[in-house]
Amino acid sequence: MADTAVMHPGVPHDPAGEDPSRRDFIHIAASAGALGAVVAIAWPMIDQMSPSADVLAMSSIEYDFSKVALGQEVTIKWQGKPVFVRHRTPKEIAEAVAVDHDPAEYHGLRDPQTDAERVKPGKAEWLILVGICTHLGCVPTFGQGDYGGWLCPCHGSQYDTSGRIRKGPAPKNLAVPDYAFLSDTKVKIG
Amino acid sequence: MSGHSTYEPKTALTRWLDARLPILRFQAELLDFPTPKNLNYWWTFGGILAMCLGIQIVTGVVLAMHYVPETSMAFNSVEHIMRDVPYGWFLRDFHAVGASMFFLAVYIHIFRGLYYGSYKAPREMIWILGMIIYLLMMATAFLGYTLPWGQMSFWGATVITNIFTAIPIVGDAIHTWLLGGPAVDNYTLNRFFSLHYLVPFVIAAVVGLHIWALHVPGNNNPLGVNVKSPRDTVPFHPYYTVKDGFAIVVYLILFAVFVFFLPNSLGRADNYIPANPLQTPPEIVPEWYLLPFYAMLRAVPDKLMGVVTMFGSIATLFLIPWLDTSKVRSMRYRPTMRWFFVIFFFVCLGLALCGANPPDKPLIPNANVGFMLGDNNINSYVWLSRVLTAYYFVFFWIIMPFTGWREKTLPVPDSISTPVLPAGGAVAPAE
Repeated sequence: MADTAVMHPGVPHDPAGEDPSRRDFIHIAASAGALGAVVAIAWPMIDQMSPSADVLAMSSIEYDFSKVALGQEVTIKWQGKPVFVRHRTPKEIAEAVAVDHDPAEYHGLRDPQTDAERVKPGKAEWLILVGICTHLGCVPTFGQGDYGGWLCPCHGSQYDTSGRIRKGPAPKNLAVPDYAFLSDTKVKIG
Repeated sequence: MSGHSTYEPKTALTRWLDARLPILRFQAELLDFPTPKNLNYWWTFGGILAMCLGIQIVTGVVLAMHYVPETSMAFNSVEHIMRDVPYGWFLRDFHAVGASMFFLAVYIHIFRGLYYGSYKAPREMIWILGMIIYLLMMATAFLGYTLPWGQMSFWGATVITNIFTAIPIVGDAIHTWLLGGPAVDNYTLNRFFSLHYLVPFVIAAVVGLHIWALHVPGNNNPLGVNVKSPRDTVPFHPYYTVKDGFAIVVYLILFAVFVFFLPNSLGRADNYIPANPLQTPPEIVPEWYLLPFYAMLRAVPDKLMGVVTMFGSIATLFLIPWLDTSKVRSMRYRPTMRWFFVIFFFVCLGLALCGANPPDKPLIPNANVGFMLGDNNINSYVWLSRVLTAYYFVFFWIIMPFTGWREKTLPVPDSISTPVLPAGGAVAPAE
């Protein structure tokens, strides 16, 4: 293109006489409308995969913990997940608390939490945890590993008597669900 | 794709059709496609893979007529297929074994591409589309493995979907959205079934693009040199339809050995225990074809970094066309790189071995050898998997660019015909 065309400012650019700004407006408006329609249709397609109302409604359960003997662990199902209800022995509680008072051990924890932060006041014998390894979601096995708590069979994460992560790839302590003691025998989880 | 066909409709009907829907012309062009005349049997795995995809889709569609994607019935419906449905055992075993046969073929196909430099310019898009197919295959296999709702199905689904929780901030929300609730349950099984039915058709579409992209530059070949003249090629049909057909029959014999004699040898016995959300099996191991990636996931002691390593190993594969700096395609003429490639092949097998064994298990079952290094004894599968994972990445990110730059390659023939024919197959000049 060696030659350069220059338009008189007062003359419309389109030799056919159409106003280019009108055409641009139609293009932009049509594109924006189409994009808006796509987004409006895509969102329901995406959001339908979120938990449905009936799944969300199954949010809490009540459990009679009086049948859990000293030293035992009982696994119950809550929201499709296992929940560990542990009746801890004084020795196990002492082991967990001992970590809190040993600065070297406590600061060596990957996810530092005291035992008291993981149980209800005055109910240290009851440890209630979501029984899902914080690594990739397996159920840890009670009574295995080097810390008196749990060992995950999948990738070898080890938890202590307070359910805190001590060894292996898991990043966090076993989660404590929301729960409240309703009476001396009943606990509401969720 | 056009220009080489000599298709001419011969009857009034085909002339009529050709003017309206030139599908016969399209077919003739595919069959006449000029193909290098020196393709060896490693090149037959493309055809074998097309057959595998066909088998999986056909058996899968039929199985879906009997399978029930509901947690209380899924396991029993699979047993119903195995025991009650006429030929149900045959269809189900063909489908389950078919997944393994599909992956075996795709791994041979990928290693062939690596060895002969089939990813190099101008074939980058073929390679990338192939990697997309491979990713979709892994997704499909994972989704399908969930459906029988055995212990391995359930816990495999749990572990793999939990990988998403490693993503900072939004990970948990994505995890819940993918599952449809707080844990793997009926809602998860429903959507996994739907997606397991869908993705193979997406694969079929990407295979179409893969073949389309292949038909622009044409096939690579064992010498890695470009086609120089029509003398270097033969029409796809009958030369390669027959060669591929023979390879397919041989492959089907292997297929049949597994379907009829060893149908459960490639799976885990635990998957015949119905899923129990409260009890993880003593050991979770994926199917053999995903073991190397599983080993990489476990090699890293940090959750997020483990996931990054695993996905990084796959992402790296997409970049190979640009990581390889060599001007020579085929490793036949790359004496140094060939050895690194052989080591890489055994590293992949070693990673699979690591994925199949518990991380803490000693390599040499004698407790007196080895010492503690970091979190584990040096004499353990986890340390082996770390060394092998390191080689995997070093191979692609350091050895591949550096060797391509420094390697003294062997002389490459001028054309496909040169090594076999005097004067390169050229017609002797007229006396």
